[in-house]
Amino acid sequence: MAKRIDVKDLDIYYGDFKAVEGVTMTVEPRSVTAFIGPSGCGKSTVLRTLNRMHEVIPGGRVHGSVMLDDQDLYASSMDPVAVRRTVGMVFQRPNPFPTMSIRDNVAAGLKLNGIKKKSTLDDVVEKSLRGANLWTEVKDRLDKPGAGLSGGQQQRLCIARAIAVNPQVLLMDEPCSALDPISTLAIEDLINDLKSEYTIVIVTHNMQQAARVSDQTAFFNLKATGEPGRLVEVGDTPRIFSNPTEKATEDYISGRFG
Amino acid sequence: MSTIELETGTRGGSPAPAAPPTLSPKSGSRAVRDNLARIVMWGAFVIGVIPLVWILVSTILKGGSMLLESQWWTNSQAGITNRRVGGGAVHAIQGTLIHAAVTTVLSVPVGVMTAVYLVEYGRGRLARAVSFMVDILTGIPSIVAALFVYALWVTTFGFQRVAFAVCLALVLLMIPTIVRSTEEMLKLVPNELREASYALGVPKWKTIFKVVLPTAFSGIVTGVLLGVARVMGETAPLLVLGPYTQVIVTDLFATNMATLPTMINQSRSENLQPALDRVWGAALTLILLVFLLNLLGRFIGRFSKVKG
Repeated sequence: MAKRIDVKDLDIYYGDFKAVEGVTMTVEPRSVTAFIGPSGCGKSTVLRTLNRMHEVIPGGRVHGSVMLDDQDLYASSMDPVAVRRTVGMVFQRPNPFPTMSIRDNVAAGLKLNGIKKKSTLDDVVEKSLRGANLWTEVKDRLDKPGAGLSGGQQQRLCIARAIAVNPQVLLMDEPCSALDPISTLAIEDLINDLKSEYTIVIVTHNMQQAARVSDQTAFFNLKATGEPGRLVEVGDTPRIFSNPTEKATEDYISGRFG
Repeated sequence: MSTIELETGTRGGSPAPAAPPTLSPKSGSRAVRDNLARIVMWGAFVIGVIPLVWILVSTILKGGSMLLESQWWTNSQAGITNRRVGGGAVHAIQGTLIHAAVTTVLSVPVGVMTAVYLVEYGRGRLARAVSFMVDILTGIPSIVAALFVYALWVTTFGFQRVAFAVCLALVLLMIPTIVRSTEEMLKLVPNELREASYALGVPKWKTIFKVVLPTAFSGIVTGVLLGVARVMGETAPLLVLGPYTQVIVTDLFATNMATLPTMINQSRSENLQPALDRVWGAALTLILLVFLLNLLGRFIGRFSKVKG
């Protein structure tokens, strides 16, 4: 079910501004890939191109190709809405829908896409919440508003919401940066569990986190301020952290800058 | 390290610290300025409140007795002259409510959709033009809106002056206020919610209808009700397009309909006590209606408040 992502010669623009240049990499199915790098180097931007969320920003466009198995996500016949159903996303700050209950939040993706059957929805809600390790905590208050949960629970609710639409790939944009260490640990455990079913790409500022959860790490950097960001190096996580090829990677990982 | 050394250094160097940070009493000049500012603010507040309280108190004193009579709420002014006591305001209350309801029904879809366009879709020249037009509409004096509808409805199309024409003029006045208030509310909806919805593979229009508008709902309702309250007191379109009548009219297209503002204006014209009593009564009724509407707005706002 999980799919492989092939990015080739990807340039990403905001209007006339080239934000990221020449990214080529492969993300294997059922693996966790971490994007690391200093702020503003374009790792979130690259992540957002993987489900065409980049285009939501006015002026956002790309050159190059992103293949999901054998389908070109940027083919002219491809519907961005369909892409986002296949490639789910979890955001930096937990963003449950404030008007909806916990149950409706999880079911939102299905409900808003026209699936109304209650038994189906209930099954999906339970399965997704179990998948997000949240079921035991909320099963008695599914009708309470989602915004009433703690930050960590909200983020797991958002993960449940994302996996409820049964995506092939799960993108996470710094999912733990607004959370305390305990909640972070819960999310990291969850990422490990989800790996067996989904292809996961995670952006993180926390290198220990990248080392803990990922199989593959990609280091992004800017050549200089004002220059587009680029992919410096990508490889198996243990190798990147113990024996990077590029000097810039080594400097960043050892804390010499960034 | 170096800062610690520096600190110990200075401490050692100055045996008697000149002015340790003691809690000194408030300095005299600052206390004076503080009091002065306080007096100015309280003064401004009192000056602002005086006319409000004055209006309310005198309206209640002079019009309150009218409202306590049951026929005020049951009878119209049919067959009652300015010299005679009696009759009620039900024709005017009904007229005001009908006008307000029809105007709201016509204005809200247009106003809310315009705001949705401006916030969610509008880019470039067209959006700027629309926004500019809304600004101009906001500033249109109500008499101009009334004369515009008169020119269109009566002069061009040759229709009669009916209640519906009044509503059209009121719609012109209400749309810009709804657009502006709705726009503000939509802008308050965090972008993250839209992105969360897109990321679930929900199309944009559905995101707007099922996520953005419900999130902004209570704010939009409050804005609409404030617009309604404003339109209820609007008088110029009524004078131009819907002169006063003493009987109950419910057909929007038949003839003109009485409203509270025109009732006030009509009864005011002759200096006779029974008519003057009715002026105050109608004024108090109008204030009461607007007050109830605001209360309703707050209630809906609280009831459907986004739980956080």
